[in-house]
Amino acid sequence: MTLELFIVQVLNGVQLGILLFLMAAGLTLVFGIMGFINLAHGSLYMLGAYFAAVGYTATGSFVLAMAIGFFFTFVLGGLADAAGLSILHRRDHLDQVLATFGIVLFANELVRVIWGNAPVYMDTPEYLADPISLFGLSYPSYRFAIIAVGLVVAVALYLLIERTRVGMLIRAGASNRTMVSALGVNIGWLNRFVFALGAGLAGLAGAMVGPILSIQPGMGEPILILTLVVIVIGGIGSIRGAFYGALVVGIIDTIGRIFLPIVLRNLLDPSMANAVGPAVASIMVYLLMAIVLAFKPDGLFPVRNRS
Amino acid sequence: MSRLRSVAVALSLLAFFLVPVYAWATGDVYALTLFGRILVFVLAATGLNLALGYGGMVSFGHAMYIGLGAYSVAILTLMGLHSGWLHLITAVAISGLVAIPVGWVALRTQGIAFIMITLAFAQLFFYIFISLKNFGGDDGVSLSQVSNFGPLTGNIYALYLSLLVTALIVLGVVMRLVRSPFGLVLRATKVSERRVNAVGLHSLPYRLTAYVFSAQVCALAGFFLANLTGFVSPDYLKWSISGELIVMVLLGGLGTVFGPLVGATALLLIEEFLKAMTEHWPLILGPLIVLMVIFLRRGLWSLLEGREKS
Repeated sequence: MTLELFIVQVLNGVQLGILLFLMAAGLTLVFGIMGFINLAHGSLYMLGAYFAAVGYTATGSFVLAMAIGFFFTFVLGGLADAAGLSILHRRDHLDQVLATFGIVLFANELVRVIWGNAPVYMDTPEYLADPISLFGLSYPSYRFAIIAVGLVVAVALYLLIERTRVGMLIRAGASNRTMVSALGVNIGWLNRFVFALGAGLAGLAGAMVGPILSIQPGMGEPILILTLVVIVIGGIGSIRGAFYGALVVGIIDTIGRIFLPIVLRNLLDPSMANAVGPAVASIMVYLLMAIVLAFKPDGLFPVRNRS
Repeated sequence: MSRLRSVAVALSLLAFFLVPVYAWATGDVYALTLFGRILVFVLAATGLNLALGYGGMVSFGHAMYIGLGAYSVAILTLMGLHSGWLHLITAVAISGLVAIPVGWVALRTQGIAFIMITLAFAQLFFYIFISLKNFGGDDGVSLSQVSNFGPLTGNIYALYLSLLVTALIVLGVVMRLVRSPFGLVLRATKVSERRVNAVGLHSLPYRLTAYVFSAQVCALAGFFLANLTGFVSPDYLKWSISGELIVMVLLGGLGTVFGPLVGATALLLIEEFLKAMTEHWPLILGPLIVLMVIFLRRGLWSLLEGREKS
């Protein structure tokens, strides 16, 4: 029983980690190539969820709904970059943080005006409603599908960056953008594509959590902050770091919340454990981050040769 | 300071002193609460300005120190300890004790990582206070009794005036501090930490001291906030409060003594005005912040500069 519970929770942790990776990949790529930190990344996640919910109601097809979640945020990201977000690329981080903070306030309120304060719910499609059996272990098939999609995206992203011409330009842009543009590459369009791709991935993450969380204004902030923890632990700008960081954070957060209170109950007296348990469990990830940074200030997979 | 600036400072201070007179004459106590809140944030933004404006440390987590200050009052009150001086000393001491390790870890990083780490630490404390059900949890605590200061306890006029005097003292201290040798080194670390180390100084103690002091000023603000509202909740540590604090410092003018005074007052009055206009006020405030970042880089205070070059 306990082992079974443990494995299920590890899988839940992996599932959270995969979502965090989708968020972190975009954020860390955008940061790596254009030195731009975008707090509104969480808003894109939120919008992806709303777009998917609306798309699901309109089309009745779950796959289409996911595609809508990705595509609309992809386009929105590209448009936002074209509309003037790119002014911020040349500004310092303080300005970027503040301007995107303003955008977060705006986006949350806009969503509230359009869809109201009450949460919007999205159903799991029928074919993913029944649990599947993994080596005799029953696990919700929807969560399993999230893991599968996330891994496919991770592999696709790896191939895109390591094996294609665009990916080569992205890597080149990350290490020396002036040189890349001097070689005749339109770095503006490259940036726009990367930014839109990151936005689309955040939107896809949001679309996929639709059926397991309630879709509501402000839903992007908790995951945004976890994502920031992920990329700090992984090493800012590193996709590989984002992947491992996301899995570590996802698993520790999930396992900690379930098992830490149980462990504490055995160590402390019950009233004390009940008071302290949830508090300690909710800060495990942040403690992990503090420990990592105390020993490795650049994260676990630091990016070298940054100009 | 240019004449225009001196006049502006004198007028705004006069206005702050006239608020209790106005409230007393008209019985409009809400004005005292509103301007009391503004002074709380003037105090907090002045604290943040020391780290952000003079030390170049972009802390996105200073709301956590406001929260620590406020919870010092709440937790001691729940434990049956009502002495105001005890509350005050605890707020300042606890925030200092927390700021030392947090600052030390955070200052190991630079640039964007520093922003994210300070944000993450603030979230850490946000979640701690949310999960401590014994101290109100998510819902927060209504104080059964505010901090005990003898006959002045619970007198809003006394509270407002002591807040105003505290803000003035802190502004004075910051003004002296940034001109002292300590402040000179601190400002130098903002320009180039490497050069400061190269001339034989260690930048870390200077930066950490500034960080801790700025945290304590925010805790002081939290102490006053708890007493002003009679209510403490995890919302005080929300990341958006940290964001607003930075907006205040930037709106006023980064690294100017009176910038936070101008910025905090302006932002809260704008918010108050927008709230009166529409319930969807962030819809307007958000774009205003974006415009401010793009077009008003040096803050409102710099508009009062005249032709003088600083």
